[in-house]
Parts: sequence; structure tokens; C-alpha cells
Amino acid sequence: MPKKKILISGNEAIAEGALQAGCSFYAGYPITPQNELIAYMAQYMPKTGGVFIQAESELAAINMVYGASAAGARAMTSSSSPGISLKQEGISYIAGAELPAVIVNIMRGGPGLGNIAPAQSDYFQATRGGGHGDYHTIVLAPGSVQEAYDLAQTSFYLADKYRMPVMILGDGILGQMMEPILVSHKSPAANRHNKQKPWALSGCKGRKPNIIKSFALAEGALEELNLKLQRKYKVIKNKESRFENLFLDDAKVVLVAYGTMARIAKSALGRLRLAGKKIGLIRPITLWPFPERAFCLRNKRIKYLVIEMSYGQMLEDVRLTVNGKAGVEFLGRSGGGVPSEEEIINKVKKIL
Amino acid sequence: MEKIFFRPEALYDVPTHYCPGCGHGIVHRLVAQVIDQLGIREKTIGIAPVGCAVVAYDYWNFDCSEAAHGRALAVATAIKRVRPQNIVFTYQGDGDLAAIGTNETIHAASRGENLTVIFINNAVYGMTGGQMAPTTLLGQKTSTTIDGRDREKHGYPLKISEMLALLPGVYYIERVSLHNPQEVLKTKRAIRQAFENQINNSGFSLVEILSPCPTCWGLNPKESLDWIRDYMQKEFPLGRIK
Amino acid sequence: MAKIIINQDKCKGCFLCVSFCPKGLIKKSAKLNKRGLNFVEFDDRGECIGCMQCAVICPDCCIEVYK
Repeated sequence: MPKKKILISGNEAIAEGALQAGCSFYAGYPITPQNELIAYMAQYMPKTGGVFIQAESELAAINMVYGASAAGARAMTSSSSPGISLKQEGISYIAGAELPAVIVNIMRGGPGLGNIAPAQSDYFQATRGGGHGDYHTIVLAPGSVQEAYDLAQTSFYLADKYRMPVMILGDGILGQMMEPILVSHKSPAANRHNKQKPWALSGCKGRKPNIIKSFALAEGALEELNLKLQRKYKVIKNKESRFENLFLDDAKVVLVAYGTMARIAKSALGRLRLAGKKIGLIRPITLWPFPERAFCLRNKRIKYLVIEMSYGQMLEDVRLTVNGKAGVEFLGRSGGGVPSEEEIINKVKKIL
Repeated sequence: MEKIFFRPEALYDVPTHYCPGCGHGIVHRLVAQVIDQLGIREKTIGIAPVGCAVVAYDYWNFDCSEAAHGRALAVATAIKRVRPQNIVFTYQGDGDLAAIGTNETIHAASRGENLTVIFINNAVYGMTGGQMAPTTLLGQKTSTTIDGRDREKHGYPLKISEMLALLPGVYYIERVSLHNPQEVLKTKRAIRQAFENQINNSGFSLVEILSPCPTCWGLNPKESLDWIRDYMQKEFPLGRIK
Repeated sequence: MAKIIINQDKCKGCFLCVSFCPKGLIKKSAKLNKRGLNFVEFDDRGECIGCMQCAVICPDCCIEVYK
């Protein structure tokens, strides 16, 4: 399939990827650093035949996504950290009602109003629910603008396949930076991939009425729904984890980082390897399901160095996965601070 | 002899969980009758609120969705924009529409969404046991206004319909009541108008219905209807507002 | 000449129909239905005018009217 090369920002690449996936509904609210995404959707979504709404709040936007998805459309919203906090109720409802939806979080510094610099401090919010109840969202963490475009399409595929919310977790650097990427030649068309969904609301002609709900009062009914969700999550854990790894065969220290942090970690890794140090890297691409099988390394003298733009969130998943079989160290900064190559290299030298 | 009054097809033949004398039962039937009369059952999508009517979808014979508390108009906006060929309505109580959902209500109205809104105003939060609602009357006792609603502590009742009527995006607003059979028939006519407006693409249409809640008002069903007639409609006058 | 049929199992005993029948043809029953509620009974004296007020006010759609 021939492709064309374009120069585009991370935010816009996610939007373009979504449109290529046949996304036919977008609702959002402006918030820095993802405003380019909503602006791109405002410009191009109507041209594809889809629906664009600038909602009155992030809360309204996620509920509009709920509605559009209930009506059978591929639906998406985007925001940044504080706005994602607002969406948690809606995400829980989407999970409980088993609706497909894509939510983009271009993370910024927090907590509270924070700042508009990049951060990775919403990992807990993304992977530990965020909203109430025993549910999960699939979390995809692109590390480049190309990957942001590609994973945007994957997110709709996964959301429809498993009937659940899927989150794309980026950060302010990824959202704003521009890179040349390869994109499809085809013009996006809304509903291109839309098969009629038999459970969706379309008017009950020729069938029994459909009901979209997450409420189950009858004795045992909610437990049954929860067990169904748990079975789904088990399948996803087995089949859908994604990661990248480098130089694990001879590594003594393995860097673990995702998204933009992984790019910086790769630069540090390059310099360290040139200096003869045995360093490897694991880059989780799905944060949920966490790619546990990437960590099956037999050498017990390996040390993992988890590097995040946070004070240790993915760190906990690494510790849980490693389960005491190897050492786990941490380097992190938050509130808009970004660990540099130098800081990583110095930390690795201390560990070695 | 001919059967001149019967259960509409859009209403299932099941007993409801509503209290004896509750207004929901009457309005569920009126909505179903209008949908049958307009022949739109197979095109209709209803959105149920959070409140006593949270399980309205168990009583109506057409596609329905639940919505988070207050968010029905955001959900409805999206469904209608994605499927303009369907008839989409929300059914909401006073908390859903005028407390937690006020923002979604105002903006759906302001955008002029082509939707039908059935607003059940019973001046109290029924499902949770009878707390103050935005439309609770001054002096009315509820479990959170134990000595009666006081304008200094609790503010005034909210006249959301009058507020919405100021918005250019709103096409039709009428306030009606259930306090006797004649008023019930007027309510049915208003509901029919609100659905016809959507069929004709005329725009945002809302029917506010003064409805009894005998259990939380501490009155028997007949007394509840009389309380609407004698007190509620003084605060919330009936008639065409827009 | 008209009549009504009341679904006594669905009736919740709100008695609104009793209040609004202009001819006083609906009565509270002394018996209880399957749900343990006092239902209402139609006193078919042949005076029903088929005004439908009972059916219109009934919150539980228990009443069918024939004319």
C-alpha cells in the first residue's frame, strides 16, 4: 500500500490516524498541550462526513463519546491531565456499558492546575482505573509521531474488538514535536471501517430493543457483568501486550521507560554502549496490559533502572513483575522536569 | 363494544417499581401513547436518567440508553448528531436536569439540538429518600431542609424552564401538570408537540411536568395531586413558556 | 353504555381512579391482590359513561375502557 511522507505534530498525527481509522465522532474541549488535536479535528472531521463538537466541558465531551459509541460510531475525545480527571466518571460508565471508545491524554505537569510542560504522572490514573469500579482501559504509549499515528488506528481496532475504552497516553513533548511520518494515501472517510454493530442503538425495527447500561440491581447480575469483564481482561493480557526491547542478551543494566522518556533513554543507551557499557532497554508500548513477558530475563544479577517523568508510577508495575528476582532502581523527575541523558548516564554509572 | 383505552405497544405489560400514585407511571404511558400515535416506535431512542426512573428502559419497548447522572443531554446530543434519522428523547428529573446536569442542559439548548426533553419536576429527590431538589419550594420540608427550605440557607427554587426560554436555540417549552385527568391530557398534547417538533426538525423542545411524589411529600396520592394544584403551580405556573 | 376492566394484579391501590370517577363506580376492595396491595373494583351498575378519566389518571395502566 503506497504511502506519502508528511511533516506533522504528534497531536495532529493522532487525529489523522483516528480519521484514517474511520473515526466518525469527536468531542473535546480545549486544553494545553493538546489544542492542535481538537483544531485538526475541527478542520478535517466535517470533511470526512463525521461529527465534530466542541463540548462545554471535558465532562460533557466524554458523555458525548458514550452516546456516539452507543449509536455505533467510532468515537474519540482528547484532553490533558486535569481534563482527564474530569472524564473518569464517563470512562467508568463506558467500561461498564461495554462501549468502544478512544480517549487521548497528552499529559502535563500536576497535580492540580500544574503547568503545561510534559509529564508522565498520570500512569496510575490510566492503568489503575482512574474512575470507580473494577475495570481497565487498554493503555497505549506511543514513543514517536509515527507511532502516535499508527497506534491511533490500533486503538480503534482494539476498542471495537473488545468493546472497551482505550487510552492513548502521550505527553506535551510528543504532542507538540513535529516529525516526518508515512501516512496512508487514502483520504479519510468517516465510518469507513464501521460494520453495523448488532448491540448498538439504531431504532428497534426488525429486532428486540437494545439497551445500553451499566446498572444491574438484580441479585448476582452485577457480579456476572464483572466476571464477564474480568474474562475479557484476561484474554487481553494474554494477547495484546506490546513492547520494544534492545540489547537484552548481554545487558547488565536494563533501562525501562516509555513514551518520550524512552527516546531520551535510547540516546543515553547509545552513548553508554559506545563507551562499552552493557546496557539494554525495555520500552513498554502497552502500559495496560503491562508487558510482563518482556521481563523474563534469566540473569539474576541484572539491575533494572526505571526512568519516568514522575516520582515512580510505572516503577510499581516493574517491581510487581520482577517480584524480587532482580534489583530495581529508579530515576524520575516530575512537575514538568525531564530527566536528561546526563542524569541517566550518571545514574547508570553509579549502578554499575 | 370497542376498546377505546388500552396499553400502548411502546409500554411493556409489566408491573412497575414506582410507588402507588407516582407521576412516572402516568408519564411513561403518555410518552408510549404518543410514540405509538406518531408511529415512531422503531425509530425512537430514549435516554433514561439517574433517579427513580433509572430503569425506565425496562418499561419501554424501544431502544434505550442509560446516562450518568445529569449527562443525558450530552449523550442525546451525540446520538442525534450521529443518527439524525432517529427520534431521540431524554427523560429527566429535577436533579438530573437542573442540578448536576444544568451545564449539559443549557448547552444542548443553546446549541439548538433537535431533541425532545421530558422534564419530571416533583420538587424533591425521590430515589435517594427525599432530599432538597433545585425546584423544592420555599418552606417545603425535605430530609436536607428539615425546617423547611429557607432562602438564606438554601436559595430560591430554580426556574430552569424560564431560564432556557431566553436562549435563541430553544424552540418550544411548555409547563404542564398531572393533578387531574384534564391536566394529564394537556400533558399528553404537550408531549406530542415536543415529539412532532423533532420530526419536523424544528429544534429543542422541552416539556416540564409537575409530578407527584407521595412517598417523599408525606401525602397520599390524591393529596399529592391537590398539593400540586394548590401550591406547586403557584411557584411554577402552567402554560406555554416559549 | 360503557365499561372498564381493571387488572387487579397490577393495581397498587393508589385509589386515584376512585377519586376521579364522576359516577363513583370504582370502589376500594377489602381484598388483597398477589402483591399484598388493596386493589380497586368496578361496580358495574350500567352507569359507566366511558369518560376514561380513571384510565387516564391510573399510573399503572391497569384500566381498559370499552364503549
